[in-house]
Amino acid sequence: MSKIKDAFKNGKAFIPFITAGDPNLDVTKELILAMDKSGADIIEIGIPFSDPVAEGIVIQQADERALSAGTTTDKIFDMVKEVSPQCNCALAFMTYINPIYVYGVDKFMENCSKCGVSAVIVPDVPFEEKSELAPACEKFGIDLISLIAPTSKDRIETIAKEAQGFLYCVSSMGVTGVRSEITTNIGEMIETVKKVSDIPCAVGFGISTPKQAEDMAKYADGVIVGSAIVKIVAQYGENSVQPVSEYVKSMKDAIR
Amino acid sequence: MSKGKFGIHGGQFVPETLMNAVNELEEAYNHYKNDPEFIKELDVLMKEYAGRPSELYYAEKMTKDLGGAKIYLKREDLNHTGSHKINNVLGQVLLAKKMGKKRVIAETGAGQHGVATATAAAFMDMECDVYMGKVDTDRQALNVYRMRLLGARVHPITTGTQTLKDAVNEALREWTARVEDTHYVLGSVMGPHPFPTIVRDFQSVIGKEVKQQILEKEGKLPDVVMACVGGGSNAMGIFYDFINDKEVKLIGCEAAGLGVDNPKNAATVANGSLGIFHGMKSYFCQDKYGQIAPVYSISAGLDYPGIGPEHANLHDTGRAEYVPVTDEEAVSAFEYLSRTEGIIPAIESSHAVAYAMKIAPKMSKDQVMVINLSGRGDKDVAAIARYRGEDIHE
Repeated sequence: MSKIKDAFKNGKAFIPFITAGDPNLDVTKELILAMDKSGADIIEIGIPFSDPVAEGIVIQQADERALSAGTTTDKIFDMVKEVSPQCNCALAFMTYINPIYVYGVDKFMENCSKCGVSAVIVPDVPFEEKSELAPACEKFGIDLISLIAPTSKDRIETIAKEAQGFLYCVSSMGVTGVRSEITTNIGEMIETVKKVSDIPCAVGFGISTPKQAEDMAKYADGVIVGSAIVKIVAQYGENSVQPVSEYVKSMKDAIR
Repeated sequence: MSKGKFGIHGGQFVPETLMNAVNELEEAYNHYKNDPEFIKELDVLMKEYAGRPSELYYAEKMTKDLGGAKIYLKREDLNHTGSHKINNVLGQVLLAKKMGKKRVIAETGAGQHGVATATAAAFMDMECDVYMGKVDTDRQALNVYRMRLLGARVHPITTGTQTLKDAVNEALREWTARVEDTHYVLGSVMGPHPFPTIVRDFQSVIGKEVKQQILEKEGKLPDVVMACVGGGSNAMGIFYDFINDKEVKLIGCEAAGLGVDNPKNAATVANGSLGIFHGMKSYFCQDKYGQIAPVYSISAGLDYPGIGPEHANLHDTGRAEYVPVTDEEAVSAFEYLSRTEGIIPAIESSHAVAYAMKIAPKMSKDQVMVINLSGRGDKDVAAIARYRGEDIHE
């Protein structure tokens, strides 16, 4: 059993996201340790990309801040290598295909494995293109996380059958970012998945309040929150560790 | 299975949210491209609305002045809306209409594709939103007003480099947010499958006409066919019918900005490397970590860090040659063609004219060269005046 699947054993999983290097990698390291202590089950670490087409403005700006601070894929690997032995939770990378492809897919996955990263989430690699990454993921034991969206319809079963780790259920149309309400029928989406697979389903996109997390956790096995946390980091910068810990604790408590 | 491959290039690297949309588009296109009624409707629009076929003009003064190959200009600048962009737009907006879409969105660099999309949307009764980098809305202000006049909403993009690449990012994001009733009219032979194929097919009318026209005028195929390349739609359009005629040399002219050795350039084949971005595997200007480079060209239409996947493959196989042309060379060609032939070319097309000026004198007088004059230069007059130090504002 993978470390990712284990993360769904303590009740509903809480999965926070932060952009590596925002505002700098020292703060990122502290944030990872603090979120781990506050109840995070998996931490999604974003490798910043110059052109993140699946992100809303909040994470776009975090990527810009991180890149202007000189963050690179190699420096992120170094940071994660130091921090992962001290974490109870699983670690996953979220980035785009180009930074992985240009770095070298094999070398990237090998480094993930060496540095204690268990999974990768790559939103611009759909099911049809996963052979770009899947062989290297397999070789180095990294889970390649699949996504399903409100528009997936008859694709859900095909994707779910081959999904690894957990299935990332995109709650809403559009890009990442806080939303006041989520109108997609998440229950139905997840029911379709469970017909063909027992893979854990985590819902992301648009979730920011404990109430929303609680509602989603009625159907889902886990809840993913990005932009709401990145906003706190943007506001408090180097002093964001405490407010982020408190937020993560409140969210985990809401879905326990 | 990955679809839409040109050699190793192409594919469909888009978020899951868009996968059913690109699949539906492929299905609809495969149906309508063989539908006699669709073909007939598009044919009428191309003739009566866009003004096709465009002339193949013998540039006699330029030919004599350069003293080498016989030079013909394919006059896409004479099309309605002033560039080749209308060919693709009429096809795609008609297709969107058949698919039951109510709204079209588009990215634009120089504004020519945005103007063409706004035009087609106006007369086919579609809502229209155009995404354009803030740097480009500033340097192409006239085209922004033109789009608004046609009823489109123009959204200036202030993220990233605020140019064409960022406009594509934003159009992709907007399409993800509202895909049910919206068709994304991609303006070049790039992006995820099926766009590179659809855009190439709609633009291939250029090369088909050239072939017929040159056979009538010269009784033989041209020795060289050349065009400017950003994403590469006008080049793909004029190249496509000649790909199997191996004796015809195909040359694409990339924007080298301040020079290929200066960081301020957009010459993707000269300086780029293999990557996966904007839905496709192809060549991109980028750093060793795969961060897309902030490229530069005086020409907003060529100011893009990538190249369409079919061009990338024509480069790999050696069937086409891609050469860099600087801002200064393009501006000189812009001025030269204006004075010599009384034709003001788009600064994009001027890149092809500039390279023709370099090689035509070295060719023999019985050789024939065709340059795709992809657009007219009215939109560029103020910017070129400023480049030459005259303080003219629109």
